[in-house]
Parts: sequence; C-alpha cells; structure tokens
Amino acid sequence: MTIKILYFAALRDALGTAGESLALPPGVNSVGELRRFLAGRGEPWQVLGADRNVRAARNQRMADAGESIAAGDEVAFFPPVTGG
Amino acid sequence: MSVSVQADDFDVGAEIAKLSRDDPDVGAVASFVGLVRRGNDGGAEVTAMTLEHYPGMTERALQDIVAEAGGRWQCDHVRVIHRFGMLRPGDRIVFVGVASRHRGDAFAACEFIMDFLKTRAPFWKREETTAGARWVEARDSDDTAALRWDAAPHRAAEPPMG
Repeated sequence: MTIKILYFAALRDALGTAGESLALPPGVNSVGELRRFLAGRGEPWQVLGADRNVRAARNQRMADAGESIAAGDEVAFFPPVTGG
Repeated sequence: MSVSVQADDFDVGAEIAKLSRDDPDVGAVASFVGLVRRGNDGGAEVTAMTLEHYPGMTERALQDIVAEAGGRWQCDHVRVIHRFGMLRPGDRIVFVGVASRHRGDAFAACEFIMDFLKTRAPFWKREETTAGARWVEARDSDDTAALRWDAAPHRAAEPPMG
C-alpha cells in the first residue's frame, strides 16, 4: 500500500525534498490523516502542521482533508497558489 | 478550448485574432494579459521572477476552470496561456481570451477564469528582489475575488447587443 508524495515551492525548500514514496501507515486513510502523520515527524515537518496554510492535491486535483487515499495515489502538498 | 503551459512568450494580437477566425457568430472577444510588475506593493524592487508549477496537474486544473466557465456563460472559444520559468519585469505571464456572441458572457467568463486561476492553478512565484529572494505569499483578496462568483448568477443577464 504505497503512495507517491510530492512537495512544491516553499514547502519543498523547507523540507529539503521534492517528494517520496511512502508505505501508508495503519490509520492513515485520508489526505488530512497523511498530513497529520507527516507533520508528526518532527523538525522540519511542522511546516505541514494544522496551524500552517497548506493545500493538497490527490491525483492532480485539489483535495480536501477528508478525501480518501489509496495505494498508487499521488498526493501533493503545497502553499496556497500564487500564479496569474 | 485550448490551454497551454509553456516557457515561451506569446503573441497577444495573434491569439486574439485566432479566437474569432472563421467564426462569424462571434460578436465579442474579451482578453486579459498579466505581466510581471517591478514593484511589489511597497516592498523591494523585483529584478526577476521564477514561476514554478506542478506538471501534470497544471493543465488539468486550467481545463477544469475553462470547463466551469463554459457551464456558466456562453463561451464559443477560450484560450488560456500561462508561462513558467524565469521572467523579468514587463514580461507577460498569462493570457486569457474568451470569444462569445455578446460581450456580457465574454467579459464575465474572462474575469471568472482569471479569478479561479489565481486560487486553483498550481503555480508559485519566487521573486528575486534587491533585498534577496522570496516566495510570494498568497493574497486573501484573491480568495475573496474567487468566492464572489459563488453568489453571482451563473448566466449573465440578458446583455445588450454587440
């Protein structure tokens, strides 16, 4: 049960990585639960903490915290977008 | 309906002309061009800007926004171009053009697409300034601009001809 995770922009810089493959830990079934799990890794992962303004996408579409995740998914975390 | 995410610049006149070519039913073309600004609201002078995006998601997000606009207004032809990579003050960043029968639909759809692009398309700006480099923070006013469409009627009121 592995997923691909991507980090963009200021989040990638803060984490020092553009992404990873992760075997989903037990109890991590949604985008929000994944974010909470990652934020719990300690410094510098607090940038994904609940008090930070972070957006997420699942399989390349914007996703809310409650959206379910499954094996093979691509989940991305990033700051609010600033294009245009 | 055509969406491009590209490093290259674009020809505004040519893009506008293409929106009504071979379609005599088009009576209005509304367009918007976004540029890199030198100043950033009282901050240090911007010397360059790098636009990062999420390859794969970006074009899909723009297509979804264009489709949403097409469900709300009559859009006969739509063109969206967004650049990425290194840009300098004065450079074009984004083009949105909408061709429709009447101007009400063209104006509204063009503004709607820009407002939603600002909050939903996965682009991030990193500015090089005279005081160092920094990621641009999202603005609350952009969220407010996108949200106001929730309350707006989905169809423009019967517009005047022309």
